[in-house]
Amino acid sequence: MAVAAVAVQEAAPTARPAADPGVKISTRDANVYYGDKHALKHVDIDIRPREVTAFIGPSGCGKSTFLRCLNRMNDVIDGCRVTGSIKIDGKDIYDRSLDVVQLRARVGMVFQKPNPFPKSIFDNVAYGPRIHGIGASKAELDEIVQTSLEKAGLWNEVKDRLPQPGTGLSGGQQQRLCIARAISINPEVILMDEPCSALDPIATARIEELIDELRENFTIIIVTHSMQQAARVSQRTAFFHLGVLVEQGDTEQIFTSPRDERTQGYITGRFG
Amino acid sequence: MPVETQHIVKSFDEELQKLRQTVAQMGGLVEAQLQAAVDALVKRDADAAAKVVREDSRIDELEQQLGNLVIRLLALRQPMAVDLRQIVSALKISSDLERIGDYAANVAKRAIALSQQPMVRPVHAIPRMARLVQQIIKDVLDSYVEQDAVKAVAAWQRDEEVDEMYTSLFRELLTYMMEDQRNIGPSIHLLFIAKNIERMGDHATNVAEDVHFLVHGRPLDQARPKGDQTSFTVVPTAPAVGAEPI
Repeated sequence: MAVAAVAVQEAAPTARPAADPGVKISTRDANVYYGDKHALKHVDIDIRPREVTAFIGPSGCGKSTFLRCLNRMNDVIDGCRVTGSIKIDGKDIYDRSLDVVQLRARVGMVFQKPNPFPKSIFDNVAYGPRIHGIGASKAELDEIVQTSLEKAGLWNEVKDRLPQPGTGLSGGQQQRLCIARAISINPEVILMDEPCSALDPIATARIEELIDELRENFTIIIVTHSMQQAARVSQRTAFFHLGVLVEQGDTEQIFTSPRDERTQGYITGRFG
Repeated sequence: MPVETQHIVKSFDEELQKLRQTVAQMGGLVEAQLQAAVDALVKRDADAAAKVVREDSRIDELEQQLGNLVIRLLALRQPMAVDLRQIVSALKISSDLERIGDYAANVAKRAIALSQQPMVRPVHAIPRMARLVQQIIKDVLDSYVEQDAVKAVAAWQRDEEVDEMYTSLFRELLTYMMEDQRNIGPSIHLLFIAKNIERMGDHATNVAEDVHFLVHGRPLDQARPKGDQTSFTVVPTAPAVGAEPI
């Protein structure tokens, strides 16, 4: 199956360094079955490092299923079977010798509904480093928590109330807390499954600005049912339909002149 | 409504800034081209005029770049309200600026032709008209950069004077042509040059209208006062008895 050509990154108006020409995540003939249902079919995709790639498509098209392949969250679903080659930094993540706990430390996830732990704000962010043995001393842990909350754009709002429960924050703040939690163990990749669906437009805009900042250091993949969000936030977009990856390309090209009729039909609202 | 605050997503602000800068850059080039074309005309400098003709492609390139940026912004940012008006105005303004640039190149082409013929009569009205239009263009571009609709409307109104100058220039050139057949060739070139300059003024007023729309969100209500009477100008036929046919 042909792989989309690696398009030249156009020069952005800012002074951001251009993305590496390399590939961070690469899949070939990836398939997912739920029992007999063939949910994801023969997916070939290349995800570039330190870029935002958006997965778009109608409900049930397989985009979330595919996202969950990348940190092996599908492992916990009964009857779910994944075939094909899925590699991060050239190494197959379904290889028997791979430590899946370590994988999930490298590939973090943020979910649609903010889900802070029923713990203090501090403990929410410190949880990951503690269980992975990062940050032995209190001082180191304090530093990690502060840095993560700063990077997530939440520090100023919560620095005086770190012992308070994470669940006491607003929706937008909770989601930023979940992002701080995800980045506290310094992953390489952050998967986001509809991270702004539960948020109002201002909170959404703040998360989108945060994503813009985070991509300088992390590879980000965002599943979104809002193609307007995909257009705003991503550099590469992949369109899924009925379990098939129909088209992938530079976001500007996908939204101005898509190559496939199905892509055009979806983004212009000619079919659902 | 003032728009000083920035977008939450900073990259959007950066792209809009790039848009404004590209329009300003185009405007600067257009002003320079008009100055150079009129200088070449007055000094009868064919080489300088040829340079103006060549440089017009730079304006065309900027228009292309700006068009691409507008499409990108419309596709990727879903702009609303003042952002939408900014982006659409930039597209329309760039189109008017590109036409002004073309007219400047046309003036330069005719300057080359004129420099190759003996000068018949210095026609001072043309550089004067050009200076007036240059000032209107400058003010209109400033009004865009400053988002100042009052300045734009003031410039818009001065175009009437340009039209009046064109009307009287038309009549002046007619008399030269009637005086002496040898004047006809150069006078026709000068007439086209004057017409080009007058059209530049019209395009500048379009830009002023776009700036008004950008700032206020509604079009300029008044009809622009138009002073170009040349469509109605009739050449009087000489009733003199025994006069030589023209």
